[in-house]
Amino acid sequence: MIRKFVLLSFTLGISLVFIVQLLKLQVINSNYNELSLNNAVEKRPVYPTRGLVYDRNGVLLVANQPVYDLMVIPENTISFDTLELISFLNIQKKELLDRLKNIKQFSSKRPSAISRQIKKEKQALFQEKIWKYDGFYFQKKTVRDYSLPIASNILGYTSEINPSELKNKNDYDLGEMIGRQGIEKTYEKILRGKKGYKFFQKDRFNRIIGSYEQGTFDSKPEAPENITLTIDSQLQIYAASLMQNKRGGIVAIEPSTGEVLTLVTAPSYNPNLLIGSGRSKNFRDLVNDTLAKPLFDRSLQAEYSPGSPFKTLNALIALQENVITPKTVFSCNQGHYYAKGAFMKCHCPIGTTNNLLKGIYNSCNSYFAKTYVNIIEKDSTAAVGLNRWKNYLESFGLGNYLGYDLPIGKKGFIPSSSYYDHWYQKENWGSTTIISNSIGQGEILTTPIQMANFTVAIANRGYFIRPHFAKLNNETMSDSLYSKNYTLIKKRHFETVIEGMHQVVEKGTAKVAKIPGIEVCGKTGTAENFINLEGKKTQLTDHSIFVAFAPKENPKIALAVFIENGYWGSRWAAPIASLIIEKYLNGKVKRKWLENRMLNGSLISEYKKPLSGKPFDINE
Amino acid sequence: MNNNLFFRLDWLSVVIYILLVSFGLLNIYSTTYNESALSLWYPLSPAGKQLWTFVGCIFVFPFMLYVKSNFFEHLSYVFYIFSILSLLGLFVFGQTISGATSWYSIGVFSLQPAEFTKITTALVVADFLGAIQTDITRRNHLFKVSLLILLPVVLIILQPDAGSALVFCGLFFVFIREGLDIRWLFLVLGLIVIFVATLLFKPILVSIIVSLIVFVICLFVKNPKTRLNTYLISLGACILFSYSVDFIFNSVFEQRHRNRFNIILGLETDTRGIGYNINQSKIAIGSGGFSGRGYLNGTQTKGNFVPEQHTDYIFSTIGEEWGFIGSSLLIVLFNLLIFRIVSRAEKQNSIFRRIFSYAFASMLFIHFFVNIGMTLGLVPTVGIPLPFISYGGSSLMAFSLMLFIYLNFDSQRLS
Repeated sequence: MIRKFVLLSFTLGISLVFIVQLLKLQVINSNYNELSLNNAVEKRPVYPTRGLVYDRNGVLLVANQPVYDLMVIPENTISFDTLELISFLNIQKKELLDRLKNIKQFSSKRPSAISRQIKKEKQALFQEKIWKYDGFYFQKKTVRDYSLPIASNILGYTSEINPSELKNKNDYDLGEMIGRQGIEKTYEKILRGKKGYKFFQKDRFNRIIGSYEQGTFDSKPEAPENITLTIDSQLQIYAASLMQNKRGGIVAIEPSTGEVLTLVTAPSYNPNLLIGSGRSKNFRDLVNDTLAKPLFDRSLQAEYSPGSPFKTLNALIALQENVITPKTVFSCNQGHYYAKGAFMKCHCPIGTTNNLLKGIYNSCNSYFAKTYVNIIEKDSTAAVGLNRWKNYLESFGLGNYLGYDLPIGKKGFIPSSSYYDHWYQKENWGSTTIISNSIGQGEILTTPIQMANFTVAIANRGYFIRPHFAKLNNETMSDSLYSKNYTLIKKRHFETVIEGMHQVVEKGTAKVAKIPGIEVCGKTGTAENFINLEGKKTQLTDHSIFVAFAPKENPKIALAVFIENGYWGSRWAAPIASLIIEKYLNGKVKRKWLENRMLNGSLISEYKKPLSGKPFDINE
Repeated sequence: MNNNLFFRLDWLSVVIYILLVSFGLLNIYSTTYNESALSLWYPLSPAGKQLWTFVGCIFVFPFMLYVKSNFFEHLSYVFYIFSILSLLGLFVFGQTISGATSWYSIGVFSLQPAEFTKITTALVVADFLGAIQTDITRRNHLFKVSLLILLPVVLIILQPDAGSALVFCGLFFVFIREGLDIRWLFLVLGLIVIFVATLLFKPILVSIIVSLIVFVICLFVKNPKTRLNTYLISLGACILFSYSVDFIFNSVFEQRHRNRFNIILGLETDTRGIGYNINQSKIAIGSGGFSGRGYLNGTQTKGNFVPEQHTDYIFSTIGEEWGFIGSSLLIVLFNLLIFRIVSRAEKQNSIFRRIFSYAFASMLFIHFFVNIGMTLGLVPTVGIPLPFISYGGSSLMAFSLMLFIYLNFDSQRLS
C-alpha cells in the first residue's frame, strides 16, 4: 500500500537533498572555508625590535625605544574632559574635534590613532588618567633611539610604510616600520629581522575575543642582526664640530680597507628630530629649508669642480702616458699664453721654472696646462687623447657611482669627446679649448667622496677598495665588491706625485697643515664657482678644498675636505683636514690655536651675500 | 509487569533520544561557550537550563510509562480544550519576545503553549480519526478534523508564530496514511510547484506550461466526455492559482515575507540584511569541511557570526565543528527515529495509538525538514527548533513528552 510509504519516502528524499547540499558546502566548495577564515580570524604581525647599529669601536649609535600611539574607538567613547586632552596633546580644540570626526568617518568600531609616537615620559603623565577616557587607550610601538645625535646623514631614518608602497612590497604590513635613508635603507633586510604572526578570533562586530586555537598557528618573530659601522664616532663628532657655521662636506677613509671613518655634511640635522610626535612637522621644516638644505648630503650628492687636487691625477696620467717625466720643466711668468690672446693666470713669479715636484707643491697652473696639452695632443686627434684621459680617470672611480653602501649619490662628470663634439662642431675643438680641465675647473665635476676615494688610490699607490660604511661578516666582505680596484697607472709613477703632495705641506701651499711628527701629504684647491642669480651668471667666493692622507708611508687615513665659499684651500679646508688627521692618528689635538680658529670660524656672512639683493665682493 | 515493560520498551528509540539530547547539550554549550566563562554548566546558562530540563524529563519518564493509553484517549478532548485555553490566555497574560506573544513567563523559565498544543492536537486528531464511525474519505468528517487542526493553527498564527503553525501541516501525512484520496497529495505538491514557479517566472509563462502539462495528463482520461471538462476545470484552476499567488505575494505579503522567499530562490542576494543569517550559516557549515573544526573550535561559532545559533541555527554549529561526518550522522539518526516510529506504528493494534505515533513522526519530519533546510539555505527562514537538539525548554519538554507517550503506546501495542 503506497500511502504507508509517503512519509518515509519524503523523509528519505529530503535527507538525500540535505546530504547533497552538505557535500556541496563542506566537501566540494572549499570557498566557504576561506570566507570564514577571513571574517572570523585576524592575522596580526608581531615585529621584532630592529637591529642595533654600532660604530667601529663598539659605541652604540642606534637603539630602540618605546613610544605610544593614543588610540580611540569612537563607538566606546563617552563624554570626556576635552580641555585636559587638548592640553596633553598640545593641540587646539578644533583640531581635536576634526581628528575625531575623521576617525569616526573611517570606522566607529575599529581603533584609530588620534596622536602618534608620544614619548614614554609624556605618556606616563597621562597614563594614570586614561581610565577616565572610555574608548581611549595607549598602544605601544618601538621607534629608533639615538644615543648620540650624530651622523644622521649616514644612519638615515625609519618611518611607517604607507599604503601606496604596500603594492610593491607585499611582505610588509600597513604601519610597519621601513628604513627610509642611509644605513636603515641599505641594510633594511638585516636590520628588520623576520616578523612573526599571531592569530586572533574575532566576533561578528570585528572585535578580537581571544587567541585563535590557543596560538597553534602563531609564529615567533626572529631577532635581526646588529650592524657595526666603519664610522669612528669620536672622529665623526670632531669633524662635525669643525664644520659648524660652514657648508660643505668631509669624507675620511681608511685607505687599506676602504672603510669610511667619517662622513660629514654641513649643515645636518639631529636624528632625534625624526622620531616622536613632532616628526612630521620637523621633517617638513627640514625639507623646506632650501637654502641650507640639511637633508642634502654634500659629501655624497654635491658635484663640485675638484680644483687643484685634480692636478695630481693629471700628473699621474702624463707620467703613465710618458708625455712628461719627473724632470720635465715648464716655465711660468705669472701664467702663460696657452693660445693666441688667451692667457692663463698663475701665482708663480715671473721667470719661474718648475719641474713636476715644484709644479705640484706650488700648484702651478701653467705647468699643468702645458702637461694637459701634451696628454691630449699625444695622438692624431684631441678626441682620442681626451677619451684615453677619461679612461684613466674612470679607473680612479670618477664620472660614475662609486657603489658604496648608502642609497644616495651622484655620478659626477668627466667629459668625453662626444660631449665636446656636441658643444663645438665636430673636430672644432682642441686641447686649448678644454684647457680648464687641466687645473680641475672646466667641465669636470666630482663629489667629495669621489675626491676622498682618488686620494685613497694615490695613498695606496695605485688601487682603492670601494668605500663602505658597514663592517659585515667575513662571508660578505670577501665579496668582489670589496676587492682591490687597480687604477691604470703603474705603481712607480706615484712616488713623485706623493712626494710633491708631501712638499705641499712641508713648504708649499698648505704649510698650515703640517703636523709635528706626522708626514702629511696633501693638495690644496681653490675652485671658482658660479650661481644663477636672478638670471645672471654670478661668481661667488671660491670653494676651499683640501685632499690629504697620512702618514706618507702606510697611510692610515685619507680624506677630502670641501668648504663652500671658503676661498683659499689653505684657509679652511687644509687646517680642518690637518686637525682631523691629528685627532685620528694622535688621539688628541695639540694645536689648540688652530682648532679654536676652525671651531669659531663662521662663513654665515659669506652665505648671506647672494641673498642680500645688493652687489657684493667676493674672495675677500 | 515491571519486567515485561522492560522488555516491551522500544529501547532503540530511547537510545536515539538520549543521543540526540546529549549531542544537543554539547552543541548548546559550544555556541554559548567562551574562554573566559567560569562555570561549565551554570544553571542559568543556556546549556545549564537545557540540562536541568532534560533531568526533569528523565524524572517524568517512568511515570509516563505506567499510564494506561486509555487515559490519553478518554481525556484527549480535555487536554485539547485546556491547550486551546492556554493559547487564548496568551492574548491576556502572554509575554512578547521579539515580536511574538508566544510565552508565559514563570520565574526564570518561559513556557510556550504552542509546543504542547502539538501533543494535544495529535491526541485529539487520533481520537477523532480512530473512532469506528469516522471515515476520512467523507467530506463531512474531513471538514470536522480539519477544523480541529485549524483552531490552534489560527490562534498560533495570530501570535504571530507562523513557524509553529506550519508544523501542524505535518498532520496531512496522517490523513494520507488514514485513507485520504492520494490525489490530494498530488494536488498539494502541484500547488507548491506552481507557487514556486510563479515566483521564479511570470504567471503567463507558468500558465502556458501548466496548460500543456494538464493537456498531456488529460489524454489519459478514458471518458471523452469528462476529458474536456477535467481539462478546462483543472487548467482554469491552475492559472487562477498562479495569478492569485502572484497577486498575494506582491500585494498581500509584507516585504519581510517576500524577502525570505526571494533569498532562497536566488532572486535577491543580500548578505548584510535579511540574507545575513543564511549566508553566515552557510559559511559556518562550509568552514567545517569534511571532518569539522573539532568541538569548541568553530571560529564562526565562537565569533557569534550566526544569530540564534543555540536555538534555530544550532545545525550550523554542528556543521562547523563536526563537519560533513557529524552532520550526516545526525541526519541518519533522525531518519532512524522516524523510520522506527513509523514501522512500530504500523504494527499497532489500536488505530488511536497508531495515528498518534504517526502524527508524532510527521511533526518530527516537518521540524527536521524546515529547520535543517533553512540552516542549509534550502528553505525560507522559518523559526522552528530542531527537535531534541535546539535550546528551548518548552520544545524539549513537549517532544520528550510526545516520545514518552509514543513509547507508552508502543509498549501496549498488542493489547
